[in-house]
Amino acid sequence: MDWSIPQINFRLVSPEIIITLFAILILILEPLVSKGKKNLLAHLAWVGIVIAFLANLRLWDLMETTFSDMFIVDNFAIFFKFIFLAGSLLIILVSMGYLKREEIVHGEYYSLILFSTLGMMLMASSFNLIVIFLGLEIMSISLYVLAGFKRSDLRSNEASLKYFLMGAFATGFLLYGIVMIYGSVGSTNLEDIVKSIAVQKEGADLLLWAGLGLLLVGLGFKIASVPFHMWVPDVYEGAPTPITAFISAGPKAAGFAALLRVFLFSFVTIKADWTVIVWIMAALTMTMGNIVAIAQSNIKRMLAYSSIAHAGYVLVALVAGKEAGVSSALFYLLAYTFMNIGAFTVVIALGRKDEENTNLADYSGLGTRHPWLAVFMMLFMLSLAGFPPTAGFMAKFYIFSAAVKSGFVGLVIIGVLNSLVSVYFYLRVVVIMFMRPPVPEAKPISLPLGSVLVLLISTWAVLQMGIFPQSLLALAMLSVSSIF
Amino acid sequence: MWNSLILTIITFFPLLGALILLLLDKDRLGAIRITAFTASLFNFFVSLYLYFSFSSETAGMQFSVNKTWIESLGISYHMGIDGISLFLILLTTFLTPLAILSSWSAITEKVKGYYICMLLLETGMIGVFVSLDLFLFYVFWEAMLLPMYFLIGVWGGPRKIYATIKFVLFTMTGSLLMLVAILVLYFMNHSFTGAYSFDLLEISKLPIPLGAQFWLFAAFALAFAIKVPMFPFHTWLPDAHVEAPTAGSVILAGVLLKMGTYGFLRFCLPLFPNAFIDFVPLFSILAIIGIIYGALVCIRQDDVKSLVAFSSVSHLGFVMLGLFALNLQGIEGGILQMVNHGISTGALFLIVGMIYERRHTRLIADFGGLSRKIPVFAAFFMIVTLSSIGLPGTNGFVGEFLILLGTFKTNVIYAVFAATGIILAAVYMLWMYQRTMFGKITKPENENVKDLNLREKLILIPLVLVIFWIGLYPKGFLVKMEPSVKSLIENAFVKYEENKSFEQSFHSDYQQMEQMKAVISQQWSVISHGSSIMRNE
Repeated sequence: MDWSIPQINFRLVSPEIIITLFAILILILEPLVSKGKKNLLAHLAWVGIVIAFLANLRLWDLMETTFSDMFIVDNFAIFFKFIFLAGSLLIILVSMGYLKREEIVHGEYYSLILFSTLGMMLMASSFNLIVIFLGLEIMSISLYVLAGFKRSDLRSNEASLKYFLMGAFATGFLLYGIVMIYGSVGSTNLEDIVKSIAVQKEGADLLLWAGLGLLLVGLGFKIASVPFHMWVPDVYEGAPTPITAFISAGPKAAGFAALLRVFLFSFVTIKADWTVIVWIMAALTMTMGNIVAIAQSNIKRMLAYSSIAHAGYVLVALVAGKEAGVSSALFYLLAYTFMNIGAFTVVIALGRKDEENTNLADYSGLGTRHPWLAVFMMLFMLSLAGFPPTAGFMAKFYIFSAAVKSGFVGLVIIGVLNSLVSVYFYLRVVVIMFMRPPVPEAKPISLPLGSVLVLLISTWAVLQMGIFPQSLLALAMLSVSSIF
Repeated sequence: MWNSLILTIITFFPLLGALILLLLDKDRLGAIRITAFTASLFNFFVSLYLYFSFSSETAGMQFSVNKTWIESLGISYHMGIDGISLFLILLTTFLTPLAILSSWSAITEKVKGYYICMLLLETGMIGVFVSLDLFLFYVFWEAMLLPMYFLIGVWGGPRKIYATIKFVLFTMTGSLLMLVAILVLYFMNHSFTGAYSFDLLEISKLPIPLGAQFWLFAAFALAFAIKVPMFPFHTWLPDAHVEAPTAGSVILAGVLLKMGTYGFLRFCLPLFPNAFIDFVPLFSILAIIGIIYGALVCIRQDDVKSLVAFSSVSHLGFVMLGLFALNLQGIEGGILQMVNHGISTGALFLIVGMIYERRHTRLIADFGGLSRKIPVFAAFFMIVTLSSIGLPGTNGFVGEFLILLGTFKTNVIYAVFAATGIILAAVYMLWMYQRTMFGKITKPENENVKDLNLREKLILIPLVLVIFWIGLYPKGFLVKMEPSVKSLIENAFVKYEENKSFEQSFHSDYQQMEQMKAVISQQWSVISHGSSIMRNE
């Protein structure tokens, strides 16, 4: 065997390198920057993200692998990286005001966000199960720390510990799954798996099936699908709100990036067999998430269950498979990133130091007190519920159409009925904001510039993707050809 | 150029008005009201152009516009009107300014938001009536729910939140299943023609297998039947009406309910003629139950507004009966009765709203002998009451007469039962009128009630004029709708036969569906195996 050092094309990993450099730079500068000027590091972080975004843009349509076929750059990965970078950018903008308010301004916060983003990007670009694991760990470990970033807050600590313990357990499952697949196939390269399954006459052997199942458990945990969702409400509630928003957008999308690539590329020939499992998971995830969300009185917990439900919708896209299914999942995750971060931005705006005001009752009469903020929140709620003409509707419509196309009408009916259930609790927020009298003791709300920006960007995206989705739809469609 | 732009203008002009309102200061009440009223009135005048330049020679779509909207999914911005939708659009643009005018003194809180909702609602309603692309239609159909949801929920009565959530959930239950049906049609169209399209006119040409027609019809019909509302899906209606502000009730009864009946004509009949025709007995009987049940419930109402609300169930039963008679008289009568109900019931709600503003009660028992104190009001009330009953010379007579005529042709028993509805209508309306307007004044509060002011007269006069116009000279309306209705019926029956013979060429539709499934799974395996192409040579 020839043991020469493999050819590495550094251009392909340029977005990852940029993110890493900026993350390390922030860590180095952190002790050097005086206490009052920590916002400088936040600016550095978003500049890094913008540069990585541009570097990513230059790789469009490349379709190459490097690091001995471990790392792939295709449009699928690039599209996902856009989602991650956009999500992280919004979170950094919204965090600047939040950290100042909570008096926890530390530079490593931004560094951790960048590292976490790096992990997600690795997951989207992985062409090898080991790299998926690597990316997942980089992403998750940063998130465990971030979830506990409010050190003096007991619930933040609880969230961090819970997330860590359960996350570590899930990662164990994932790793064990990878091992079994390696045992069956003799390789962790995604393409080798395809070839090996094609050779195995009877489809796949038991070891491979066990590996596939454990992989589903590990990734199912990250995307928050039933029955691996138990951590979600507590972590979402306890973590600092910007981190909650972050967890609900990026890591979920990253989990789906890995799930879609592995299941629809490597395991596509045995799709008919695993579809049954994912079908059931999707139906359970949608139903559980939406029904339990009705009973929540805390908006962070409500959005947590809503995030579970949305994972269910994207699983419908996985069940649908094919080009339409994957591109609808991409479009959905992009839309979800904007509408969910937008909603959380409003949640953040309502809080004050050590006083989150996340009870639904705190939203009473917001329409009278702060009409604009309430209108933004309404728009995001309507989008999450899937009302036209918002991104949420277009995205849901696209997923359901992909599923009908593949013949899963039953699952689509479950999906639309779930949408109906979700309308109830999303609209309840609107009811409370506009149709209940204001809370008398409510204090005025101040919106930092970063939050205003995030609200405007999210609103623009939600409306753009709802009314004129053509360009992004076309982009999503172009991004999937490499999978098939 | 002008002709292809006009529908877009009429649809989106109110939206523009709403955007202008958004920029106005929320304390400048006068400016807000005037802007909203002007926008809707202007839209009405523009829509009159449709009436005058609408050609009654052709059955096809007029003022069409067909542009690509979302290319990758085959969604187009396709609008157009024919004799069926023309009058519903006019009804919408006619009622909206009146409804806005009627809110002048009734709405004093959050005025800006209120008028924004009214204008957005108008955009949504007109959009529903002009869309010829199923996706576009669905977008308007859903989007229109939201302004109505706010109108009831923010400016409504004591149980507004319950009523508005019930309204939204009921409507969405139907429409989401309709969305699934739309998607199935979309892919059926693709498998037959090879093109992705939501275009109604394209999809209407499909020979849909009978079994599939049954389910698809059921999904569409459920959405529309809830909206109409047909018995037994009517329970949201009284709640929504009683809690809604006056103008909300006017629009709800006047236009929103018509979307259901319109949907049956525009979508169910051309798309699924076989299912439609096979379901005639069921829907006719449900319609008759609605007529009689609605009327009987009306007799027992204590609240004038809920009486008018339940009378809608009865009146819409007539409309449905007319549509399902499936002949020229029945359907023309049905369409005319949609307009009539919008005018008469809209006027009734306005009148109830006017008396409520004066007395802050709607209970029949709180009134009595009012005709002596407010004679002008009583006179308007009388005319509208009679038109709602269907007295000859008013609009209601023409519509109900045509419907009964059409029904009589197809089934005498249906017609006999339906006719009792007219008698019952006279019972509950006249009895209500007698108890509120005639007799002695029993309550001291009724001594000092003021008669109509100029603004209120200006609201009611146009409505009364239309009542007599349609009642005395309905020809202007019937002529314009005739070609469209004729071709609608003819096409439906032609397609009915075609589909049947098409069906016989297969043993059964299930077998055909199995075949389709086989083809799909074959394609699937081709795609999935072809996917493992070498990627990195």
